[in-house]
Amino acid sequence: MTMHQMPAGDTKPAYNYAYLDEQTKRMIRRALLKAVAVPGYQVPFGSREMPLARGWGTGGIQVTAAIIGPADTLKVIDQGADDTTNAVSIRKFFERTADARTTEATEEATIIQTRHRIPEAPLKAGQVMVYQVPMPEPLRRLEPREAETRKMHAWAEYGLMQVKLYEDIARYGEITKTYDYPVMVNGRYVMAPSPIPKFDNPKMHMSPALQLFGAGREKRIYALPPHTSVKSLDFEDHPFRIQSWTEPCGLCGASDSYLDEVVIDDRGGRMFVCSDSHHCETRREAGHRGTMLGDATASGFVDLSPSTVIPGDRREARDPFRNPTEQGSGMDPGSAVGSARDDGADMQTGVKS
Amino acid sequence: MYVAVKGGEAAILATHELVAEARRGDPAIPEISVAQIREQQALACARVMNEGSLYDSDLAALALKQSQGDVIEAAFLMRAYRTTLPRFGSSVPLDTATMSIRRRVSATYKDLPGGQVLGPTYDYTHRLFDFALMDSENVRVGLDPTISGREARPSTTHPSSGDARIKPEHHAAPLDAHMPRVPDILGAEGLMEAEEAPEGDPRPFDLTRDPVSFPADRDVRLQAMARGDEGFLLGLGYSVQRGFGGSHPFVGEVRVGEVAVELVPEELGFAVDLGDLTLTECQMVNQFQGSKDIAPQFTRGYGLVFGHAERKAMSMSLVDRALKARDFGEAADYPAQQDEFVLYHSDNVEAAGFVEHLKLPHYVDFQGELELIRRIRRERDERLAGEQDSKEPDAMPEAAE
Repeated sequence: MTMHQMPAGDTKPAYNYAYLDEQTKRMIRRALLKAVAVPGYQVPFGSREMPLARGWGTGGIQVTAAIIGPADTLKVIDQGADDTTNAVSIRKFFERTADARTTEATEEATIIQTRHRIPEAPLKAGQVMVYQVPMPEPLRRLEPREAETRKMHAWAEYGLMQVKLYEDIARYGEITKTYDYPVMVNGRYVMAPSPIPKFDNPKMHMSPALQLFGAGREKRIYALPPHTSVKSLDFEDHPFRIQSWTEPCGLCGASDSYLDEVVIDDRGGRMFVCSDSHHCETRREAGHRGTMLGDATASGFVDLSPSTVIPGDRREARDPFRNPTEQGSGMDPGSAVGSARDDGADMQTGVKS
Repeated sequence: MYVAVKGGEAAILATHELVAEARRGDPAIPEISVAQIREQQALACARVMNEGSLYDSDLAALALKQSQGDVIEAAFLMRAYRTTLPRFGSSVPLDTATMSIRRRVSATYKDLPGGQVLGPTYDYTHRLFDFALMDSENVRVGLDPTISGREARPSTTHPSSGDARIKPEHHAAPLDAHMPRVPDILGAEGLMEAEEAPEGDPRPFDLTRDPVSFPADRDVRLQAMARGDEGFLLGLGYSVQRGFGGSHPFVGEVRVGEVAVELVPEELGFAVDLGDLTLTECQMVNQFQGSKDIAPQFTRGYGLVFGHAERKAMSMSLVDRALKARDFGEAADYPAQQDEFVLYHSDNVEAAGFVEHLKLPHYVDFQGELELIRRIRRERDERLAGEQDSKEPDAMPEAAE
């Protein structure tokens, strides 16, 4: 049994490093190895009862606890943001139990635990994404019984899913799944990407990072090893496409990031801002200005204290792994994103139609 | 920053303080102690021990105090603690036939060896408020309002039952040492489905350590129900009785009392008594089954829970029998007969977590839905406008139709 030493003078001797006991970590690592060996296959594991509520990231927390070590740097995001309450809570959990070094910078992190988003900055080899998964079974809404869905996966019997997607097209003219959009992994297993917006699906494809998925309540682990094919399900005449906005981020001017809509008054006023808070801050530090940044600063929405407004060159010195696409004013979307982007759609934004 | 869920750290700290304040209530009122909860809210403690899967009445009382009496939150505290405990062994199987009986009733026989022992029960109380409980402190209050208000008398028997209805003459007659379980009486005649260990008598499944697969075996089902939500099992048991499942049971027996737990340490090789558990056991006698080869016999529904918790034990035994549908070749048409449905949804800590996680921000996904619905509506408006403008509406076929 490998015992991580506790930090000196620690007053919490009752709990093991990273909370879980070493036998449990070993059990989870075995499940992870199996999951990596069979990409997209849901491996049952002995999910433990955690001190955080089921449905609040216990699967992701167990995966992170099983792989984190003293040399790691952890980033935790929820909805793309580092400072949402549950992300703060989970980050504090690891600061407390694993003495974890934490960061908000995507490129500094060795482990990124996430709920509902993949960071905008491209991931690199050596990084591990840990997804919190509420419903690991992509076929669950079509077939409620686990005994049946496991058979369907075993036989690669995915016709039901194709029919569901077709029915969407027949009824609405397009596939109406906007998040947790099912993907085919390595040409074999249909997998739930967790409730990330379909905007993020292309980022999974051939990613150099290791991607691990933990569903604590449902007691399943699955994985995408680096450089795995991940194809969003579609039809030849109805190709997969991602969300797009007609206006850029109101704070940093990014035109290729996933945007959150913020209601700013009760007269239909809206502003759109990057969901990835670190991406947005990084761009503002680099001098990018959105059209509403002035207003947002004046009304206290954005803190423009001297520490956050720093010249781009200082940031470059600090971040050797900086996303190359952030250089220059116009952002060049990644090729996978670019090909999937629905450039033709002009989204009517904001004010009521 | 720009939305309410941001800036979480300070808010989280503040909410912990607010909870502590709300938990204490009016500081002018004396604070309740854990020992008071353990002694005076024992049925709530039993429920927390059951749903928290941990037999420790002190911790159950602490959990109730800490959670302001929220039973599911208290069970959650118990489980999050339990999961960190080391396992140093498995006990010898409990023998409920040797239970030191506090209460034992059977609906199938008028009288039987050992007799009917009413014990402490709310069954025959009239549900009238006993207002004497409200203001008098040193009143030994009976469950029957007619005998409330009597002065407390020091009593050494049944200190936790607090029940003045146990009258002196009842104390005078000691209970029979021999209290055979009713299904055993039927079993001796060959009329009761036998409980036989699976081949090789393997160690029972532990659903807190291993993932459950379906169809689930009976050890898994009983374990899941023992920690399952009382209300959920009560509803399912009721559904079986009312018609969503063809069950026509008799209460063979309900017994409440203390049973010794024994462990055989490897280095000793003989059993050591670790102490007593208070348990409630219910065995339901269900309509008989039989075939060409097997003579008809009654079938069993079994419930066993911590503490005095008859409603839970009875609900569990109803659902246990319903879940045997597959074993007896019955159609599993109703929710209570389907193991996946019952086992997945009876766990109230998991259910509460997932239902309440809807409070977490979902605005990224909601934005996707907003984008989609606006676009679909706009495309529809454009199409309708186009159809109006066009002289030949049929010339504009729509893929979406």
